[in-house]
Amino acid sequence: MLTVLGLKLKLSLIVVAFFIYGSVFAQDYGDAVVAGSIADARTLIPILASDSASSEVSSMVFNGLVKYDKDINLIGDLAESWEIKNDGLVIIFHLRKNIFWHDGKPFTARDVEFTYKKLIDPNTKTPYSGDFERVKSFEVLDDHTIRVTYKEPFAPGLSSWGMAVMPKHLLEAEDLNVTKFSRRPIGTGPYKFKAWKAQDKIELESNRDYFEKRPYIDRYIYRVIPDESTIFLELQTQGLDSVGLTPLQYTRQTDNPFFKKYYRKFRIPSFSYVYLGYNLNNPKFSDLRIRQALNYAVDKTEIIKIVLLGLGEVATGPFIPQGWAYDKNVLPAPFDPQKAVKLLSEAGWVDSNGDGWLDKDGQIFEFTIITNQGNEERIKVAQIIQRRLKDIGIRIKIKIVEWSVFLAEFIEKKKFEAVLLGWSLSRDPDNYDIWHSSKTKEGEFNFIGYKNEEVDRLLVEARRTFDQEKRKAYYQAIQRILYAEQPYMFLYVPDSLFILHSRFQGIKPAPIGIGYNFIDWWVPKSQQKYKIR
Amino acid sequence: MLSYIIRRLLGIIPLLLGITIISFSIIHLAPGKPTTIQQALNPKVSLEVRERLDKLYGLDKPLYVQYINWLGRLVKLDLGRSFGDDRLVVDKILERIPITLVINLLSLFFIFIIAVPLGVKSALKPNQAFDKYVTIFVFLGFAMPTFWLALLLMNLFGIQLAWLPISGIKSLDFEYFNIWGKIGDLSRHLILPVIVSSIGGLAGISRYMRSSMIEALAQPYIYTARAKGLPEKSVVYKHAFRNAILPIVTILGLSIPGLLGGSVIFESIFAIPGIGRLFYEAVMMRDYPLIMAEVVLGAVLTMFGNLIADIAYAYVDPRIGYKNEK
Repeated sequence: MLTVLGLKLKLSLIVVAFFIYGSVFAQDYGDAVVAGSIADARTLIPILASDSASSEVSSMVFNGLVKYDKDINLIGDLAESWEIKNDGLVIIFHLRKNIFWHDGKPFTARDVEFTYKKLIDPNTKTPYSGDFERVKSFEVLDDHTIRVTYKEPFAPGLSSWGMAVMPKHLLEAEDLNVTKFSRRPIGTGPYKFKAWKAQDKIELESNRDYFEKRPYIDRYIYRVIPDESTIFLELQTQGLDSVGLTPLQYTRQTDNPFFKKYYRKFRIPSFSYVYLGYNLNNPKFSDLRIRQALNYAVDKTEIIKIVLLGLGEVATGPFIPQGWAYDKNVLPAPFDPQKAVKLLSEAGWVDSNGDGWLDKDGQIFEFTIITNQGNEERIKVAQIIQRRLKDIGIRIKIKIVEWSVFLAEFIEKKKFEAVLLGWSLSRDPDNYDIWHSSKTKEGEFNFIGYKNEEVDRLLVEARRTFDQEKRKAYYQAIQRILYAEQPYMFLYVPDSLFILHSRFQGIKPAPIGIGYNFIDWWVPKSQQKYKIR
Repeated sequence: MLSYIIRRLLGIIPLLLGITIISFSIIHLAPGKPTTIQQALNPKVSLEVRERLDKLYGLDKPLYVQYINWLGRLVKLDLGRSFGDDRLVVDKILERIPITLVINLLSLFFIFIIAVPLGVKSALKPNQAFDKYVTIFVFLGFAMPTFWLALLLMNLFGIQLAWLPISGIKSLDFEYFNIWGKIGDLSRHLILPVIVSSIGGLAGISRYMRSSMIEALAQPYIYTARAKGLPEKSVVYKHAFRNAILPIVTILGLSIPGLLGGSVIFESIFAIPGIGRLFYEAVMMRDYPLIMAEVVLGAVLTMFGNLIADIAYAYVDPRIGYKNEK
């Protein structure tokens, strides 16, 4: 009796287990994702593309040697593994075998070599040659092994091999800058190119032989709708499945039964931050106490609450908050106008004539914040800063300039007092071009003129070591120094906001975003919308 | 007549040269280079790289050299390659022409078949109820911001009633439809854009038609016609209308360049890949070869449009001739 019961129990356990297995793993194939975007891709040759639309589409068609996983750590993609040798001078990549291009030809180390040669070819119109010019030699050891030797150790170089690899057999005889391949690419990725109608849509279909596995979603359609209100109207007809949202759309306009029923919203810290940069060559900002005072006088939480409707967090450094380089122990300075006033009076700025503005040697403390036109968010931020600094007696003027004029006439020529801008951040924390004191020439990125020997040294060291723990220590030290010295007033990291049709299953938000496991997304047969393949 | 046409055609050349010189200088006066804008503030793209890109695009040469190079290619009918994606400018423009032309021809057609009768009817009893309502209606259409009207119609027909698609020109599964399905699908997508782009044009044509008709009806030959007892229908449509339609022919000629022009706002709202957006984006990106190509296209079409209007006018109106003109 007992054994029978035991058997029954076992059997039922098996049944239960089978049931769970069945319901969890029985993903259905089919359907399509229709993504909406305001901009069309420019070229689907990844080494030539510099716009986000192009990267978004070509990342589905191509693979690099390495890629970032959901927690923003580098893992193998076309490379199975890699070895770092000679203190970081040499990287040896072991490539995966049995990978095929969408046209059926095998992928080999020669394709990587070809891509590398095109990247460093001075006639290629690529913006990405910089990282690859540090390579001293590139050797193909066999069909699946590559040895890359650098002139000196360059840790960010590893992530640069995430650059999409292109097929040698199709492009060898072509002029890469003008080839038709840019509008009908052939890659190794999870999706195959199908059609592209300029400024209308790009269509991809799943690669059933993808080396990881066949993606569940059969089609990916990238629709270009240049007008944001039209995108929003299309969401209301369920004509679009995946779209980025503004804070207002996220909190208010999608807060109704329709959107709750048919869509899901996601919110993940973006790879960017917004800051107020001071021109450090201007004597007004040379005193550290003044920069600290300004930081105390501006309430960042208030800015986030008003401008982002709460959808962001206070920035305390130039790294991604969810990445490994970020030091969470660097706490944002409190909002403390009294302390600001005190610091300013120590620096000699007091309201001596009672007119409400601080002065020193007969001069009122005033400066102009410039920012670019077309970004309502930044204009609002500037106005809030203006208001808060008025409270402590500093007069701010705001100047809004058209983007290309802004870059050419003000930033590059360093004709500004304070600038309100944002940086997009790469996954690798290397920040050399923004903070190193050698990068202050016209057109370079340390346009505020920051100079700190310790930071210079740490930036160089952090580039020379591949050991993530050591690099982390360097970057965290950089972050502490920068926050203490306040060359920028670090303001906030906005959240990336997305909306996705609720029929899609398998989405697992992670620090990197939601798209990293796209090939695992699926739609139950009964809910599939686009049935024709 | 022939010598007149030849003289006019020759006159186009210096005019076109002047237009291109002025346009070329003006677009280069705007600050910002295509390479700076494309790679704006991307820390991965160093100064050296941008300088190399400038060189590859020929932007490092003095302006007059750039212009002469461009002109040298234009003479061989080579419009060059776009700075945005290195595609041939000709291809980029050609692929946008069909949809732009279809929408503009359709709306021009609707504007004429609606506005001309409206104008005639208004002219028959000027300043009375019908005329006044028409005036209000067409001016309302003229004054209404396109984007606002478009959004209202999209909301009503696309979302509330769900009768019509909102944006684009084809459904996602267009290629799987049969021929009738395709025509039906295209028509459904074109209804709203054509309505919106027609409404603004009604005012002009119907007003022209009205005043020209009033003028014609006041001519002595109309009195003659009435006096000899012709039926009113014949007086209006045979005698007055034929004369009143003449100025409209001129307008038709002048709308030729407009047929290949597009509106950025309108195309953006309906997500139509037309010429307007191509030009707008080219300007924003400082895509010089594409901007110049569109300038030349616009200038040539305008000049030919004027020429055709003048010739057509001479053809329909025997009082006008270009013979022996000095």
